[in-house]
Formats: sequence, structure tokens, C-alpha cells
Amino acid sequence: MNQALESAAREVVELRIPSRAEWVALARLAAATVANRLRFSIEEIEDVKLAVAEACTAVIQHEGHGEFIHLTCEALEDCLRVRVHDSGRHGVHAPDRQRMNFEEARIAGLGIFLIRTLMDEVSYDVHPQLGTDLLMVKRLGAT
Amino acid sequence: MDIKVNVREAPGDCYVVDLSGEIDVYTSPKVKDAIGTLIDRGVYHLVINLEKVRYIDSTGLGVLIGGLKRVREHGGSVNLVCTNPQIKKIFDITGLVKIFGIFESEDAAMKALV
Repeated sequence: MNQALESAAREVVELRIPSRAEWVALARLAAATVANRLRFSIEEIEDVKLAVAEACTAVIQHEGHGEFIHLTCEALEDCLRVRVHDSGRHGVHAPDRQRMNFEEARIAGLGIFLIRTLMDEVSYDVHPQLGTDLLMVKRLGAT
Repeated sequence: MDIKVNVREAPGDCYVVDLSGEIDVYTSPKVKDAIGTLIDRGVYHLVINLEKVRYIDSTGLGVLIGGLKRVREHGGSVNLVCTNPQIKKIFDITGLVKIFGIFESEDAAMKALV
């Protein structure tokens, strides 16, 4: 393992932003910075930026989301692990499609599709009282 | 972070919308307004120039899809100018390359308008 990777391994960056559209850029910049530390390619860093932005956007568009979005980026030996936590208590992270028209629901689906396509692992963890976690992993050298 | 929108008239009863910056959940309403205003005025042939767009997410794609849907109701079309590989990749993986005309130059996009 090279020096840079070794020193980056197991570093954790945490960020709390208001659940509002104007703060999503900061979340994706933070994730991109950690991805850059791990020596991902420019294309992979762009993938991470977009996936994190889509996850935050999904929270914001979700009826009943919490006041803040918590972003945790863990730089591990061979991957970047990202957790996007919404403390809202209304179940899954996905936007509330019952309140959307067909076009809005289709676009929301596009966001989830992008996350699943651009990241290597994606899972949800739903706590009825604590909120929802979206967990994403991007592996080094997977693409 | 911001998006700059510039609208200009082009020959042949069409308009060019130049976008510059990042299109996301925060900035996409501004793009939606610009495109919507043109369509409300009866402009149904548009070239949207994304050459200076550094980033686009699903909300930005949604704005473009919404604009395309509206102009098609009037027999119009939307062509895109896109040279950034990362932006092109998003259109590729979402399958939107099949519904938009995507061109390397504004000239080519203009000529291909229906």
C-alpha cells in the first residue's frame, strides 16, 4: 500500500448540513475531497459527488425529513464508505411519491437509479424512531 | 455555486439557452424558469448549450425532460450541445441519449432541429 493510501485509511469526515437545497453542494464537495484523498480517478470522484448529491436531494424532497442531513465519509483501505443520515421519522429515504405528480416521481426514480448505478454497494437502514440511513460504498479500482 | 443562464435568439425561429455552472436541486429552478418562459412565449425549438456546465444531477435532467415534453406537445424539439464527458456519461447511463439530440457543437445542434 502506498503512503498516501495508508495515511488516508480509516479517516472519517463528518458533516452536518441543514436539509435545504443550498447546502447540497457542500455535501458533495466534502465527499469529493475524501474520495480524492483515496486517489479515486476523476471520473470516480464525479460518481461519488453525484451519488451523494442524489442522496441528499432525496432527503430534501422527502416529506417529513429531519432538520439536518448528517454525512459521514469513511476512507477505508480499499473503498470509500458514505452514510447519509436523515433524522426524519417518516420511513424510507425515497421521496414521497404519493404527493408527486407522474413527472416528479419519474425524476425521483432517476436519482435512485443513478445512486445504484454509480456506487458499488447501496443499502438502506430504516429506524422508525431514529431516522433513515443510506449507505453507499465505492471501491477503489472497481471501474 | 451558481448557474448562469443566457438566452439568445438564433436564426430560424429558434432560441439558444446557454448554461454555465452547476445544475442541481438548488439551481435547477432558475433553468426551469428560463426554459418555461421561452415556451410560454411560443418558442418550441430550442438548443440548450451545456458546454460550460460542470455538473448536472437528476433535478437538472428533470428540467430538461420537462422542457422537451412541453415543446413536443407543440411539434417542437430540444437539442443539446454537450462536450463534457462526465455530463455525457449521465445522459448515457440514464438512457436520455435516446430522447435528446446531443451534439458536439452548437452549429450541429441548430442544423438538426426539426
